[in-house]
Amino acid sequence: MATEFARVEEKLYQNRYIVDAGKPHIVIEPHTTPSKNLLAMTKVCPAGCYAENDLGQVEIIADGCLECGTCRILLEPTGEITWSFPRGGFGVLFKFG
Amino acid sequence: MIEERFDAIVIGAGMAGNAAAYTMAARGLKVLQLERGEYPGSKNVQGAILYADMLEKIIPNFREDAPLERHLIEQRFWMMSDRSHTGMQHRSDDFNEEKPNRYTIIRSQFDRWFSKQVQGKGAVVICETTVTELVRNSDGKVIGVRTDRDSDVIFTDVVVLAEGVSGLLGTRAGLRPTPKPDHVALAVKEMHFLPQETIEARFNLRGDEGVVIEAVGSISKGMTGMGFIYTNKESLSLGIGCLVSDFAEKGETPYGLLEAFKKHPSVAPLIQGSEVKEYAAHLIPEGGYKAIPELFGDGWVVVGDAAQLNNAIHREGSNLAMTSGRIAGEAIFQVKSRRDPMTKANLALYKKMIDDSFVMKDLKKYKDMPALLHTNSKNFFLTYPDLVSKAMDNFLRVDGAPKVEKENASIRSFIKQRSLLGLFGDAFKLARAWR
Repeated sequence: MATEFARVEEKLYQNRYIVDAGKPHIVIEPHTTPSKNLLAMTKVCPAGCYAENDLGQVEIIADGCLECGTCRILLEPTGEITWSFPRGGFGVLFKFG
Repeated sequence: MIEERFDAIVIGAGMAGNAAAYTMAARGLKVLQLERGEYPGSKNVQGAILYADMLEKIIPNFREDAPLERHLIEQRFWMMSDRSHTGMQHRSDDFNEEKPNRYTIIRSQFDRWFSKQVQGKGAVVICETTVTELVRNSDGKVIGVRTDRDSDVIFTDVVVLAEGVSGLLGTRAGLRPTPKPDHVALAVKEMHFLPQETIEARFNLRGDEGVVIEAVGSISKGMTGMGFIYTNKESLSLGIGCLVSDFAEKGETPYGLLEAFKKHPSVAPLIQGSEVKEYAAHLIPEGGYKAIPELFGDGWVVVGDAAQLNNAIHREGSNLAMTSGRIAGEAIFQVKSRRDPMTKANLALYKKMIDDSFVMKDLKKYKDMPALLHTNSKNFFLTYPDLVSKAMDNFLRVDGAPKVEKENASIRSFIKQRSLLGLFGDAFKLARAWR
């Protein structure tokens, strides 16, 4: 078999990152109930950064972010997240791209 | 702190940015290029296929030292059901020419090479620097940029926005809208490493020959999407992408689609024993002609993916990026040569030149295609591939049933699934969008 990955985290282990500790580049606005698109990000984010907590709210840990911009497309226009690029030099660094 | 004033500042060191910076620097303009990654290419993701013709127009002798993987001699198109694929392929020894037309490349390696050529022409390239703001004067003309390095403004006559599909600067400055979810696809990709001889044996290749496989069908679970396998020298680029709007609606995971694609009985033997060394994700502009924003204004132009310049039907993004970057560079050089200011009226030359090029002519040709594939995605990506698979199975399996009955059964299953009117309607709409 080719390399198989049961979980997305195992895929991310192959990548190189320089995490800007304490300065997340994506922040979710406080909410009680997530919108349809915000909830969808728990599935659609290719790095699995979005997750639902016990209260049914959506949280983000952006350390494994691949900087694709999908969540920006779905959530920035409604103001549900603020999305910036990481500071210069930080974030994912593709060896092959 | 940079106190110099530049003729042009290029934002981003991808295909479009490098083409623009090279074109202007080679003509003697004072160019600053800013890249947020650790090195040029570290934030860039592509399949990736390089089209020689568009690069030749910028760097004619690129074949001498550019990092190229394999030149393409074969294209396979697969229509996939859950357990089968029905294919069409074209392979020709004519593609084994002295100056091949298409190559596979690995972007982070290629972009580093391209950037060296840009620097060789005298452009100043600064990495690890994110541009945070376009600075405008009281008339609204863009006059410089601010970065996350310090708070000072770097002044310039014109800014070339080559910031990619997720470019924030232009949208924050109100120069163009954020792309809509049905105008961009999310693609995920893995790099699978295998010994060179294994790749050549599995794909029937000699030396530097290469193959592209593009696959549609049940692998995208009814969403508008496509899978791909590209042969590099010692690796395979394997991925799958679907429209962001479809992902959001279906709640499918991109990595789930990728794992299912890898396990498909037509794909698994090709990648058996491979070692995966990277997992990447990227957005692809898919909106076509109708999604192209305003391309120029007072003190700025936008090029490449940031301008949604991608031919989704022919899978041509990087060559439209290179070409729009080159044309923008040439237009800016012409305005500069006349000692004219970089106003909206003068930079309209860029739009005129790109309208006259293949870039806009091709995009215009397929202006109705993106919407058609999107609104009919279930039929084009799920129903038809499944019906074709059943018809082929019916045609090939020898089981003693009279051929005329088998043929009629195939036709009946097509009509039952999609109705005669629906079939003709889809064929008509497809033909009209293609013309």
